[in-house]
Amino acid sequence: MTTETWIDLCGLADIPLRGARRVKLDEDEIAIFRTASNTIYAINNRCPHKGGPLSEGIVHDTGVTCPLHALIIDLETGQARGADTGCVRTYPVEVRENQRVFLKASAG
Amino acid sequence: MAQQKLVIIGAGMAAGRLLEHLFKVDPAAYEVTLFNAEPRGTYNRIMLSPVLSGEKSYGEIVTHDDAWYAENKVACRFGERVVDIDRDRKVVIGEKGEVAYDRLVIATGSNPFIIPLPGHDLPGVLAYRDADDTDAMIAACEPGARAVVIGGGLLGLEAAAGLRLRGMDVTVLHLAPTLMERQLDPSAGYLLEKELSTRGIDIRTGVNSKEIFGDGKVEGVRLDDGTEIPASLVVMAVGIRPNVAVGKQAGLDVGRGIKVDARMQTSDPAISSIGECVEFEGNCYGLVAPLFEQAKICAQALTGDTEPAFIHTETATKLKVTGVDLYSAGDFADGEDRDEVVFRDPARGIYKRLVLKDGCLIGAVLYGETSDGAWFFDKIKTGEPIADDERATLIFGQSYAGGTPLDPMAAVAALPDEAEICGCNGVSKGQILTAIDENGLADLEGVRACTKASSSCGTCTGLVESLLAYKLGDAFVAPAKKTVCGCTDLGHDDVRRLILSQELKSIPAVMQELGWKTSCGCAKCRPALNYYLLAAWPGEYTDDGQSRFINERVHANIQKDGTYSVVPRAWGGVTSADELRAIADVVDKFKIPTVKYTGGQRIDMLGVKKEDLPAVWADLNAAGMVSGHAYGKSLRTVKTCVGSDWCRVGTQDSTGLGIKLEKLMWGSWTPHKVKLAVSGCPRNCAEATCKDIGVVCVDSGYEIHFAGAAGMEVRATDLLTKVTTEDEAIEMCTAILQLYRERGFYLERIYKWSARVGIDKVREQIVEDAENRAALVERFRYSQQFSQSDPWAERATGGTDAHEFQPLELAK
Repeated sequence: MTTETWIDLCGLADIPLRGARRVKLDEDEIAIFRTASNTIYAINNRCPHKGGPLSEGIVHDTGVTCPLHALIIDLETGQARGADTGCVRTYPVEVRENQRVFLKASAG
Repeated sequence: MAQQKLVIIGAGMAAGRLLEHLFKVDPAAYEVTLFNAEPRGTYNRIMLSPVLSGEKSYGEIVTHDDAWYAENKVACRFGERVVDIDRDRKVVIGEKGEVAYDRLVIATGSNPFIIPLPGHDLPGVLAYRDADDTDAMIAACEPGARAVVIGGGLLGLEAAAGLRLRGMDVTVLHLAPTLMERQLDPSAGYLLEKELSTRGIDIRTGVNSKEIFGDGKVEGVRLDDGTEIPASLVVMAVGIRPNVAVGKQAGLDVGRGIKVDARMQTSDPAISSIGECVEFEGNCYGLVAPLFEQAKICAQALTGDTEPAFIHTETATKLKVTGVDLYSAGDFADGEDRDEVVFRDPARGIYKRLVLKDGCLIGAVLYGETSDGAWFFDKIKTGEPIADDERATLIFGQSYAGGTPLDPMAAVAALPDEAEICGCNGVSKGQILTAIDENGLADLEGVRACTKASSSCGTCTGLVESLLAYKLGDAFVAPAKKTVCGCTDLGHDDVRRLILSQELKSIPAVMQELGWKTSCGCAKCRPALNYYLLAAWPGEYTDDGQSRFINERVHANIQKDGTYSVVPRAWGGVTSADELRAIADVVDKFKIPTVKYTGGQRIDMLGVKKEDLPAVWADLNAAGMVSGHAYGKSLRTVKTCVGSDWCRVGTQDSTGLGIKLEKLMWGSWTPHKVKLAVSGCPRNCAEATCKDIGVVCVDSGYEIHFAGAAGMEVRATDLLTKVTTEDEAIEMCTAILQLYRERGFYLERIYKWSARVGIDKVREQIVEDAENRAALVERFRYSQQFSQSDPWAERATGGTDAHEFQPLELAK
């Protein structure tokens, strides 16, 4: 059976604006982004191209530019933009009233 | 049948609206008792700001007075708190006694959130929520006294503006880098900050309050960087929390708020809840429109009509500070599946941004000109598709809706001769056309020289080019210009020139004043702007780490597996036994897999884990080593040979000169990387003639070379000049570096810059003009005092950017 839980990750202020933090969840590393318009996204922290750590990229609008070879990954869809192809897994996240960031993880 | 008993807890705006609807539908349906913890009935809470500023009196904002309650036979229990609800006996227990109910409505609203800073309970620290807070703030106002408002959101800014109008000196402290970041994008936040600053409000963004201090009463606020701001009044306006206490105590289903269904019914069928205390489908509400909707639906449900259902909708925000026009609605985050239409009029301080998704308008931010706010909001709510022809003029608002989009040529042709083209220099269409005729002008530069049009802010450049095309027809060919990136039509040279001439000192300022087409730039323009601002305003501009490539942000080079390489500085390529021993110890301690020499005579430790970087740096710092900047668009290395100290053919102390140059230039940021070398004789063992700047020592002095390359392109240097003393050599090298820092385009190496401007131009400004050379050196030395702080030490022990190096730890 698959169970879903919301995990309390951090405070909103712990993630820099136009920046990211990373968190280990079982075998996966997840990158948590905060955009200029203060929206939070979570995606798998491996670029589909050569596994670059996306959390280290420059964040602009709702995209991040991979630090290794400059693929642009859309944070909403996890898809590479433009002519590039590839996709990373996205995770549901939400910011609650107390300004804490929660991530929905499924296991099982 | 006996009249049913309705009890309402809370007499805020939602409760007031509920009673109005109820009495309209059926005045006799209920015998109503109204509890309110505040000693008064309903008033228009959102108009407290004009009361605070003195633009309105409290009397003017009361919506339900004693006479109204008497007329509608409402039993008022104002100033009395509700202690508990006994759901079995169906009674509400107030401080002064019980009241039985058949139906109960909880409308307890919200509580201000107080950050538990040390000193938050000192007298003189206030929240900003109700009429009592407003009275207390007015009482504390004395002209010339100082107030600090913590929180640069809607409420905090309204409080700040109100206090300022009452003559206080006001400082706003805001944690985020731009104001009202939840309602506004950074561009609109920048305009708002600019406007409020001109009203004398001291805005400090990106700051964290550490404590409120004072002896017996507030004396000021201390920030976590140690800054103290004196204040006799501190207003906390950092947010609100649904007030669920009574509902929770009564055992109702409570999340963030009291949970209700679409008929506003709680988990107990006899109890409803409306207002800010409510949670509906995971949403809580703080703006008035949805609360009024809830009140209406609740009144209908109470009178037997359970058909209407509450639906979550977007809300719009307007700031109530007189003279500030600001409006935001819907979802204005950007995204790949969204398009944005941006309109900026820098001279008039206007910014409009519309966000479209799947052909529908989903969000709008308006600043400076908000008259179309409601029209846009309506389109957001209805979700009607925007047709292509409508879209072309959508941003101009309702009055232009559906009008024919003009082609730019037809548009300039249609302008009257007296129409102003260049607002900065007051140049009209007629003047430009005359100048083209009389002087036989054929290009933009000609028009700039003759009329000054387009020579200041540059935003009318497109119009001037259209005029040239209109006048000259096919004879005019608009120059194909290389823009910084897709976010702007301006080239690098324009951007650099305008940053200086318009004194633009932040990235949002550049984007607003130069009409950037995106709201927050991209990975191409942001690093360029960050560099240009650093170079233009040393000591004034604060570096924006989030606009830097990862290597420069964390001061190490990212490798293909996500680890980093670390290169300590070795001045002039010289090291010592102590340094080597320390490096060996670091390699062992952190199990660093690879150590190698670089082409620039440095030691590179490869495969360091990101988390280990601060500790690695701390150990290297302890042995006296600092960052080698092997990761930066900055001075990398000065390579040297051993020179006259050891070499039997050495002519000068090339090692010593290399060390002097490196100690002078390290830490400086440049358009691209810069590598130097100093060779002690023409045999050129340091390979100085393929470097960005190279010195070749000869018997009679020093040859100064520049513009070499040994990468994708290989190019021998050009000889700039020859000097006789070491001091002159240092002066020449410094002047070249500074001229390149001021004129080079971002990511343009020195050899490309030199090819673009011409070596003669460089020689003219450096070799032939001694005064200019001295000024360049002076500007470089001035700028260096702000950049020669070891970034490794700042992070290893100084605590800078701690979040960069620590992954988030999950609580177990």
